[in-house]
Amino acid sequence: MRPARPAQRLLRHATGALGATGNYLWSGWGSIASIGLFLAAWDMTAGHLGELILPRPLEALARLQQLLADGQAWPEIAVTARRALAGFALSVGIGSLLGLLAGLSVTASMTARPLVTLLVGMPPIAWLILALLWFGAGDGTPVFTVFIACFPIIFVGAMQGTRSLDGQLRELARAFRLPPWMRLTDVILPHVVSYLFPAWISALGMSWKIVVMAELLSTEDGIGAALAVSRSHLDTAASMAWIVALVGSLLAIEYLLLEPVKRRVESWREFASSSS
Amino acid sequence: MLEDIHLSVAPGEAVALVGPSGCGKSTLLNLAAGLLDPWEGKVHNSFTRSTMMFQQPRLLPWKRTLDNIALGLKARGENAPRRHATARRLALEMGLADEDLDKYPSALSGGMQSRAALARVFAVEPDLLLLDEAFAALDIGLKSELYGLLARQRAAHGCAVLMITHDLMEALRLADRILVMAGSPGRIVASHAIDEPAARRSEDWVFAHTARFIREPGIRAAFGLPPC
Repeated sequence: MRPARPAQRLLRHATGALGATGNYLWSGWGSIASIGLFLAAWDMTAGHLGELILPRPLEALARLQQLLADGQAWPEIAVTARRALAGFALSVGIGSLLGLLAGLSVTASMTARPLVTLLVGMPPIAWLILALLWFGAGDGTPVFTVFIACFPIIFVGAMQGTRSLDGQLRELARAFRLPPWMRLTDVILPHVVSYLFPAWISALGMSWKIVVMAELLSTEDGIGAALAVSRSHLDTAASMAWIVALVGSLLAIEYLLLEPVKRRVESWREFASSSS
Repeated sequence: MLEDIHLSVAPGEAVALVGPSGCGKSTLLNLAAGLLDPWEGKVHNSFTRSTMMFQQPRLLPWKRTLDNIALGLKARGENAPRRHATARRLALEMGLADEDLDKYPSALSGGMQSRAALARVFAVEPDLLLLDEAFAALDIGLKSELYGLLARQRAAHGCAVLMITHDLMEALRLADRILVMAGSPGRIVASHAIDEPAARRSEDWVFAHTARFIREPGIRAAFGLPPC
């Protein structure tokens, strides 16, 4: 009986993981259907308005394919992704850490709240102007603008996560004499991550929008700059193609990278909801 | 909130604190557990491995049952195979099934969660066990089963117990000494030693003594019952 047990466990884990992946893929059908509906609506509107104002989806996709095929699009997408991810990574690192620390102290979180409101209220375009003055044209401006726009979202997520930690679980940690590092890894972090992850995901979406805006006004390369060029040529098809490239790369990162990681990290939630 | 309280628990002794709600029982227990610091007075704890069981199971929702039971052992620095072996043995003794240990707490019934919480407490082999109305929310069948498990662990390891409870029958079943508290300010108004060994107390014995206990004038006054 005993030697069979690890093998059984492994098998159970494996079937569990397979099942989860299957569920995930199957849940994709709903999304594909709604994207299909959206494309249909787009196509109908384009038919009414004429191709000069709104190109048809197929035309935009064909244009994108052409841009990809002649090697024009990839470098621009890579530059934009690099800037967005650099700013995003900075705000994830600094925002999560500071938010966590702020949440540990009542005074710090009370002090931080109005500052965060201020940061959230400041329009990104104002930051962009400041960044242009400080960093000039180049990577610094878009990276800084993305960082400063994403920072408050992540900071608030981390702070609320720590603040909302159940007082009962803190008592438990003391009663069982958990050393400080275990309080962090076994009690605080698993709880905080459930607040942090949604914040990271909305910050990622934010970073993709902000980076294009910053590029449009401050740089010579990247998707934003390419959009500025296609606009000046009155090339709606190319503009649409770039927008599709932008949204497509964001969706790819969110659904192929973040969503599976989220499911992995929060597996206990999944089990909880499926069993009750 | 508390006034002039001298309370000591000898090694291996089981002391029950009973009293009305709000009389400061929980405060006293939290002081003993080190969850609160006294404003005045002193708490001297010479027990080295005291631990506490709460009214709710308080299992960590993101840990599987086995890891929840092994929590105190992990805190003490035991390696994974050893602490899992101890946790598994105790869990089976407490009536959990092998397949429950892989589940997350939310997938367990309330009774199973209480068993896991009890196993988690015993895993650290406490020399002082603090019970904060640990059995108050359980049905009578499960309660009496957990009483039995507690008694067996105490017989094997001889840990001291300091428990607070509203339930006089529970106190008479488990304790060697019952202290009655009254409120505002919280103080101990009566002490009642029980000579009969816990293992020999039958249901009938508990019923009879509870009936007698509740007629004592000091107890009635503490709970605000009219004299009979």
